[in-house]
Amino acid sequence: MWKTVLRRVVIMIPQLFVLSLLVFILAKFMPGDPFTGLITPETDPARIEELRERAGLNDPWYMQYARWVGNLVQGDLGTSYRFKQPVEDIIGEKGLNTLWLSLLSVILLYLIAIPLGMLAGRYNNSKLDKAIVLYSFISYAIPTFVLALLFLFLFGYTLHWFPTIGSVDVSAVPGSFDWYWSKIYHLILPAITFAILGTTGVIQYLRSEIIDAKSLDYVRTARSKGIPMKKVYSKHIFRNSLLPIAAFLGFTITGLLGGSIFIETIFGYPGMGQLFITSILSRDYSVITALVMLYGFLTLLGSLLSDIIMSIVDPRIRIE
Amino acid sequence: MKTTDELLRIKNLHTGFRIKDTYFDAVDNVSLTLRKNEILAIVGESGCGKSTLATSIIGLLDRNNTRIEGEILYKDTNLANMTEDELNNIRGLDISMIFQDPLSALNPLMRIGDQIEESLVYHTELSKNERKERVIELLQQVGISNPKRVAKQFPHQLSGGMRQRVIIAIAISCKPQIIIADEPTTALDVTIQAQILDLLIDLQNETGAGIILITHDLGVVAEVADRVAVMYAGEIIEEAPVDELFNNPKHPYTRSLFNSIPQLSQDSTRLNVIEGIVPSLMNLPRSGCRFSSRISWIPEEAHEDNPTLHEVSPGHFVRCTCWKHFHFKSELGGNQHVHAD
Repeated sequence: MWKTVLRRVVIMIPQLFVLSLLVFILAKFMPGDPFTGLITPETDPARIEELRERAGLNDPWYMQYARWVGNLVQGDLGTSYRFKQPVEDIIGEKGLNTLWLSLLSVILLYLIAIPLGMLAGRYNNSKLDKAIVLYSFISYAIPTFVLALLFLFLFGYTLHWFPTIGSVDVSAVPGSFDWYWSKIYHLILPAITFAILGTTGVIQYLRSEIIDAKSLDYVRTARSKGIPMKKVYSKHIFRNSLLPIAAFLGFTITGLLGGSIFIETIFGYPGMGQLFITSILSRDYSVITALVMLYGFLTLLGSLLSDIIMSIVDPRIRIE
Repeated sequence: MKTTDELLRIKNLHTGFRIKDTYFDAVDNVSLTLRKNEILAIVGESGCGKSTLATSIIGLLDRNNTRIEGEILYKDTNLANMTEDELNNIRGLDISMIFQDPLSALNPLMRIGDQIEESLVYHTELSKNERKERVIELLQQVGISNPKRVAKQFPHQLSGGMRQRVIIAIAISCKPQIIIADEPTTALDVTIQAQILDLLIDLQNETGAGIILITHDLGVVAEVADRVAVMYAGEIIEEAPVDELFNNPKHPYTRSLFNSIPQLSQDSTRLNVIEGIVPSLMNLPRSGCRFSSRISWIPEEAHEDNPTLHEVSPGHFVRCTCWKHFHFKSELGGNQHVHAD
C-alpha cells in the first residue's frame, strides 16, 4: 500500500507543475498590477516604472515564472505586495483561523446531518421524513449570504448573543483562557451557518442510500436470520450507507483549509476565503498564486486521502 | 401419508401488492402442505408468484405495501397473523431461507464468520467461544475445506459457489425444520449447481427438514424433488408427485413447459414456445381459466367457468378441465369437437 501512496505522490509532481504554469499565466493575464492602486493623478509615471522594474515585473513572463518556481521549490512563497510580509506567514495566520472555523463547521454539519439522514431513510414516507426533506430543501435553496446576513442580524445585531465581526476579542491577552474562549465564541455563529447550509448533501445522500439498502439482498438475508430490526439497521444498513460519506471524507478534511469566501466575508472573519478574495482584488500576485497552488495540492491530497480512507472502511477496496 | 408428518400447511393464501391504492393478488388462493423430509418443488415462469409465495411464508415482504390473507399454519399457529417480533423468533430458528443470488446476499462489509454467527447470537444460548466453534463446524458441514480461514474472509474473496455454501450454512445454523430455497442454483454455473443440490439433499437426510424449492429449472426438479406444484399467474395449476408429473403431465401449461425444453434428439431448429406473454399483475384475468388466452386454439367451452383443482389420480391435482381437450397447435386434427362436460 505504501508503494502506491508513494507513486501517487510522485504523480502529483507533474500535475502540480502544469497547475503552476496555468496559475502563473492566468494571474499575469489579469489587468493591472500591484501598483495600479497606487496611481493617483499626482503620481509620477517614472516612479511607478521604477517600482515595477525593481519588483521584476518588467521581465519576460518566463523569467518571472522561473524565478517564482525556483523560490517555490525552496519553500519561499515570496512577499506579499500588500502586507509586505512573507506569504507563508500570512497564510499561516489566516489558515489557522480558517482551520478552526472549518473544523467546527464540519463537526456540526455531521452531527446534524447524519442523524437526520438516518431517521429520514429509516422512516421514509413518514411525517418525520417529510419534515426532514423539507428542511433539507429549504437549507439548500437559501443562498449562503441570505442566511448568513439573517443570522448575523438576528443573533448578533438584535439579540447580541454572538459577536458580529472578527475572530477574537482584541482586548483579550493571547494565550489566556479568555482569549481561547473568545476565539471559540467568535466561531460559533459562522460555523452554525456553514453547517446548516451544508447538511442537504449529506442528508439526501444518506437517506437515499438507506432507502435503497432496505430492499437489498443482504438486508433480506439478515432479516431472514430473525435478528431484530434495530440490529439489521445498525449492523447492516447504516454501515453500508455511510460508505459514500466516507468516500468524501478525504476531500472534506483537506477542504477545511479552503474556507468559505461568503461566510468569512460576511462575518468579517479573517480566514483564507477572505484573504483569497482581497488578494485578487488588490492583484497581490504572490498571495494569489500561492493560494491556488495550495488549493490544487490539497485537492490532489484529498483524493489520495479519500482512497486511503476507503481502503480502510471497505474491505473490497485494497490499494495494491 | 400420516398427518403427523405435516410441517407446514398453507390454506387459501392470498398475497397482494398495493399498486396505486389497490391490492393485486400475486399469490391467489394457494393451498399447499409440506411434510417432514420432503422436497416440495414450486415451478413456474418469472412473475408467476412463486417467490412471493416463499417470502410470504417467512414474512419478509414490506408490510406497508402488501396484504397477506389466509393461513400459514406452523405448529398450529398462523404465521400470517404474527407480528414482526413474533416472526423473528421463528425466522432463522424454525424456518430459514436460501436466496437466489449468492453474490449479493451477503453483507460486503462483514466477515463470513460474523454473518453466520449472527443468527446463533439470537436463537441459541451458546457462549462466544461455542459460537465460534459452531461456525467452523457449519462451514465444514457445507463442504468448505478451509473453514478457519474462510470465517475470517469477506464475501468478495469467495467464489459464487462458496458464497452459496456460506448462505446455506447460515440457513442451517439453528437446525431449522423448514428451509425455503428460492432458486438456490439459478445464479451458479452447472457444475456448481449439482454440488449445491447434492449438499442440500445431504443436509436434508441428516436433519429431516422439509424443503420448499422454488425454481424454474425442470432439470433441477427432476433431480431432487419429491412433489411438484406448478404455478401460473398466482395459482397452482397442477400438483403431483414428481414421477407422476414428469410421466403424466396433464395441464396444458405443464405440458407446454415440457414441450418447450429443447430436445437433442429432434432435428428441428426451432424452439417450441408458449404463445403470448404472462399477463402482468394488474391485468390478470381474475375469473375463468387464466391460461386460456395462451392456448387460444382450444375452444372456450373446454374451460371451466371457475376452474378448481381436480384430483385425477391419488395426489395428482389439475386445475380446470381444459386439459381433457388440449392439443398442441401443431398437432391439428385432435379433438376438434368439444362435448360439454
